[in-house]
Amino acid sequence: MRDLAVRFETDTGLVTALDGVGFDVPVGGLVTMLGPSGCGKSTLLRAVADLVPIGDGEIRVFGRSPEDARLARDFAFVFQDATLLPWRSAIDNVRLPLEVGRRDGGVEQHAEPDELLALVGLAGREAALPHELSGGMRQRVSIARALVCRPRVLLMDEPFGALDEITRDKLNEELLRIWRETGTTIIFVTHSIPEATFLGQKCLVLSAHPGRVRQYVDIDFGGPRTLAIRDTLEFVEVTAHLRGLLEEST
Amino acid sequence: MNRPAAVAHRGRRERSRTANWRRRAPAIAAAAGILLLWQAIVSGFGVPTYIAPTPIQVLQVFVEQGDVLWINFWPTLMEAASGFLVGNTVAAVLAVWFVHSQLAERAFYPIAVFVNTIPIIAVAPILVLLLGNGYAPKIVIAALICFFPTLVNMVRGLKAVSPQMVELMRVLSASGREVLFKVRLQSSLPFLFAALKIASTTCVIGAIVGEWIGSNYGLGSLIIEATYNFRAPLLYATVVLGAGMAVAAFAIVSFVERRVLRWKPPEVF
Repeated sequence: MRDLAVRFETDTGLVTALDGVGFDVPVGGLVTMLGPSGCGKSTLLRAVADLVPIGDGEIRVFGRSPEDARLARDFAFVFQDATLLPWRSAIDNVRLPLEVGRRDGGVEQHAEPDELLALVGLAGREAALPHELSGGMRQRVSIARALVCRPRVLLMDEPFGALDEITRDKLNEELLRIWRETGTTIIFVTHSIPEATFLGQKCLVLSAHPGRVRQYVDIDFGGPRTLAIRDTLEFVEVTAHLRGLLEEST
Repeated sequence: MNRPAAVAHRGRRERSRTANWRRRAPAIAAAAGILLLWQAIVSGFGVPTYIAPTPIQVLQVFVEQGDVLWINFWPTLMEAASGFLVGNTVAAVLAVWFVHSQLAERAFYPIAVFVNTIPIIAVAPILVLLLGNGYAPKIVIAALICFFPTLVNMVRGLKAVSPQMVELMRVLSASGREVLFKVRLQSSLPFLFAALKIASTTCVIGAIVGEWIGSNYGLGSLIIEATYNFRAPLLYATVVLGAGMAVAAFAIVSFVERRVLRWKPPEVF
């Protein structure tokens, strides 16, 4: 089933971030994207989100062009920085997508902001201003905001990259839970091998100069993922394999 | 609120009041010391009143000639306040225009810089010639003096939106108007208030300077008149009153700022 397809075909131009990249993301799947810095993984994600134009090739989000998908709110984006409006409370930040960019005026199906804050573990902190929350909590708010329009795809660009490791581990577990509970397709860009392994059902390893798909790795541990699996041999084998791919590609 | 909490709350407030006093005490003591020293030097060396009055003589003016001071206080206040309003409004509107049109910014920003470099004291006579002897030239001078800092700060504030925030609004397909009203205006507020604090004191200077050039009312004209007639105590009292007006304006802007800006400025994030 090919519902989210990304194809880049470029052979001209001096600087090419991505060349001949092609991959499909299964519906309801969680795909992590791993690659050395400068390989264009962020660019790829931004191209899906209609934030950067693509040269040749095509991106299809559920059969739509990125622009149409953006207008239809098919996807939501989570940035490395929580990007909250500092004067708005947590709940009002979650509401932001419901207040802007709806030119058709139609009633969209959306989730309840307070339920989303509960989903990300922030029940009771609805009225808190961003500066009163920790970095991890701010990122939780931004995930709740991304989910408010019930997107079919959640695009995450190193969302936990700026957090400390303990917070990051906790949020990794919670993201898996949120993913299971919402059934949203997730594309997750990271430069952490354990994070890519722990979260991904599939991991897209990119190489740099020019950006190409090195390997599209299936990851299956056959069971629920808890932080403890990271100490198992299977897990270490996968990370070793991914690390090998990354080292070859630089 | 239950009882112990109320008591604790009151206790906290009292403590913070004592802390406030402790913080302000040095400034108050220093000011009192300077006044005492001034009084001692002027009376000790027998300096004539028309050269330098004592603080007590200045205080006497407030009591005996209070009506003269007040009659001249109101026009200056009116001019300063109107100038503040006009200057800052025009600056804010222009800033919004500049942020949305690079052409407008390129065309008019240099002119704004040029106008700002002309000393206000040189512009004043031109405006009196143009606008006559009434309130109008004083208001315009007060407005001009407020205008530039607010324009510069407001443009900076409107542009002080993180690139990620801009991308977020694009992912949300927000219109330019929505970005302006939901993001840019709010995030410019700390910058705007920084400028308004400057403007709150300079608008008083503008009004007074305007009154120096051909006027027979207001604190500015009172300063000129008292100087020519060697009425030093009246001159000092007028200056004190003008300064008081500026300080009060500053305090009001600071109060409003604390009320409006309950969030931490963006550099925290």
